[in-house]
Order: sequence, then C-alpha cells, then structure tokens
Amino acid sequence: MNIYKAIASNKIKTIVFIFLFIVFFSLIFYLIGYSVGNPKFYFLFGLFLSIVSGFGSYFYSDKYILFLTKAFPALKTEYFDYYTVAENLAIGSGVPKPKLYVIESSAMNAFATGRNPKNSIICVTSGLLKKLDRTEIEAVISHELSHIQNYDILIASIVSVLAGTLIIAVDFISRGWIYESRLDRENRNFSYLKIIILLLVFIVTPIVASLIQLAISRKREFLADANGVLLTRYPEGLAQALEKISSDPNPLKSVSMATSHLFISNPLKNKQLSSKLSRLFSTHPPIIERIKILRQM
Amino acid sequence: MNLTILIGIIAVLVVYVIATYNSFVVLATRIKEAFSGIDVQLKRRTDLIPNLVSTVKGYAKHEKSVFENVTKARSSLMKAETVTEKSKANNMLTESLKSLFAVAENYPELKANTNFQDLQRQLEDTEDKIAYSRQFYNSNVLDYNTKIKVFPSNLLAGVFKFTEQLFFEAGKAERENVKVDFES
Repeated sequence: MNIYKAIASNKIKTIVFIFLFIVFFSLIFYLIGYSVGNPKFYFLFGLFLSIVSGFGSYFYSDKYILFLTKAFPALKTEYFDYYTVAENLAIGSGVPKPKLYVIESSAMNAFATGRNPKNSIICVTSGLLKKLDRTEIEAVISHELSHIQNYDILIASIVSVLAGTLIIAVDFISRGWIYESRLDRENRNFSYLKIIILLLVFIVTPIVASLIQLAISRKREFLADANGVLLTRYPEGLAQALEKISSDPNPLKSVSMATSHLFISNPLKNKQLSSKLSRLFSTHPPIIERIKILRQM
Repeated sequence: MNLTILIGIIAVLVVYVIATYNSFVVLATRIKEAFSGIDVQLKRRTDLIPNLVSTVKGYAKHEKSVFENVTKARSSLMKAETVTEKSKANNMLTESLKSLFAVAENYPELKANTNFQDLQRQLEDTEDKIAYSRQFYNSNVLDYNTKIKVFPSNLLAGVFKFTEQLFFEAGKAERENVKVDFES
C-alpha cells in the first residue's frame, strides 16, 4: 500500500462508514421503536439524528475531539521545539502547517485530527514534550504528519465522533429504559421482547463500535511510521521515541474508547485485557513490532 | 471502417500528448514553487545576519576577517539567481558562519548574551528549514526528472523542450552532519 492508495481508500471508507452508520443507527432506533410500539417515529428520529451527526462530524469532528481531550493551542515561544519542528516538517512535505495543540498531562502521547491537510490539527501531551528530545519529537510529529497526508485523520476523526454518538445514544436510551421497565414491573406488564432487544443493543453496539475502530487502525500505523521516516530520514529517532513512549507508565486520563484509536500509542494502558485478547481487539499494533521494523530500515 | 480506426488512434494519441504535456507543466510548476520555498528561508537567513554580526562585533572587535567573510558570503547569496549559484553561496555562508560561531566560543560574555543566544537559535531554526525545503525541492525535481526521462514521455519532453532540472546540493559540512554516531 502506498500513500495514494491509502488516500483513496480512506476517502471511500469514510463515505461507506457514514452510510453504514446512518443505516445502523436508524435500525437500532427502529428496533427500539418497535418494542415500544412506535417504530415509525423512532426510525425517523434515528435517521435524522444520524444524518445530522454524520455530516456534522465531517466538519466539526476536530473541534469536538479537542474539546473532549481538553487540548489548548501551543505557542511558538512556549513550545519552541514542538512548533519549529512542525513548521520544518510541513515545509519538507509541502503541506500547510497543521494547527498545534497541547494536552496538559504527564502521559506521553500524540494524535492528529481534522478532515484534510488544510484543516488539520496535531496534538501532543506536555509529558511527551518534556521527556523526548528534539529529534524524537521530530519523529513523532512526522508520524502524525503522515497520518494527515494519508487522510487517516479524516476517517479516524469521523469514526471517533460517530462511535461516540452511538455509545452515548445507546447509553442514554438503555438507562431511561431500565427505569421505565422498573415501572412496568410494578404494573405487572413486563415484556420479554423488550429485555432481549435491550440486551442485544447493549451488547452489540460496543462490539460494533470497537470492530469499526479495529478496521481502520493497525496497518496505517506502519504506513505512517514508514512515511514519517521518509521525511526525517532517521528511523532510529522514531524507534527511540516509541521505546520511551511504550515504557512510560502514565495513562492519559481524558481519553475514552471513542478517541483511543487516534493516538500514536494506545492511551488506555490500564484498561487492557490479557495479552492475547488485547492483541485481538487492540486498535494499535504492538509497539515492539513497530520498533523492530524501524530498526530494520 | 479503416477510417474510424485511424481517427480513433489519432484521438488517443492527441489525448496522450495533451495529458503528458500538462503533467510536465504541473511538475515544473511544483519545482518552481518548491524553489520559492527555499528562497523564503534563504531570505530569512540573510536578514538575520546583520544583526548577528553587529552583536558579535560588540564583543569581538578584532576578528575582522571573520566578519568580512560572512558579509561577503551574505551579499553573494543575495545576488545569486540560479539554483547552482544559490546553493553554492548558501554553502559558503554556512562555512563562514561556522567560523564566526567558533570565534564566539572564545568570548564567554558574548555567549551569555541573550540576544546572541536568540539569534543563534533563530539561525539554527532557519538552517533546519532550509534543509527541509531543499529536501522538498529535490524530491520534486526527482519526480520531474524521472518523468521526462522514462519512455515514452521522454520523446515528448524532447519535442516540447522540457530539460532536466538541477538538484539543490547540500554543502559538504551539512552532509557530514547527517552521519549517525552509533557508539554513544
């Protein structure tokens, strides 16, 4: 896979994903409506909500993600290395300089978001800037810049927002529902169908959400590593940065399931399952593997 | 029947010629744009130098030859027009600045001067930016040169007089900088 194929496939994936999201979202609402006895209204409501959030996510996903992660803009005077390195790499790859943000956290991580190279954002934690030297920061930024050039940011940001919407919606409805069915039980008017659909929605949605995240991550990390190194011409810099990032014990607090796949290394360190299972469901390829490939370049 | 085939072939050829010609123009324009990117950084570098020289002069008046070299290299860079001239002049400037900073090492008060430190940092940053814009320029030149050399587009490049472009060469010193020390 080269960068042009990556760009094309990311654009197609984005359209397909928004479409599937609208279908899936309205379907869930239809099922809910069916069990409540008003399928038409719920279906239309779901359709409306999903179309609005689908298109809204295209234009506003970056701002929403910045809001979720509590990032603030980086100034050249305060973060000289970060800022100038990003300027340099943008010059080297011929794209406009992304807007730069910082998350106040001792954890070491970074991500890029936006919808195209002209409207893009790079965000790093203050811990990363403190613990890495200039060459290593350069390597991390070049990795993020490759995500921007490959349009990985487009699909990833949209998935974040839509998966987030889905999770919130299901959470919201199922809570209201549990309350409702409690009232029902008092009336001795209890429907098994409701429970089954409820369980289905409850279990299926998070799985679908994480499968979507899986589908888009992993391979693109390798491609971004390779393209980033093509820019800096120094694979060892990224290898060292990844080594430091992976050995850092601090987890990033302002991250949820919906945004975890954006980051250069998986920020949900504490929530990881046992090794085999976590590998199967992880949104990131193992860092050791990435380092190994970098050292062979 | 034969006529339609002939017309078809001619149409395909015409479309091919137009597409290839346009791609030459696009690639050549990209090179120009990339070159103006280098120019911006070179300009910034030449703008920083008078300030630097006057700051250093305040502490090290007697190092006349060093200042002369820097000023000379600066003015030749400002006069340079072609790619080769500019890369040569820029490398000369790099060399002369190196001796200027070597001289500065002998004056602890100068080294402690915040203005001097700031200028040094800005110059280093500009040099990085020159290196990256040169890399971008060279990769565009590579794309263009490959396009005009491979068959069959090389035939058209000859007809439309698209000639090979020169790379922006890095100085000897800068190439040495890339060397990686695996010992440490």
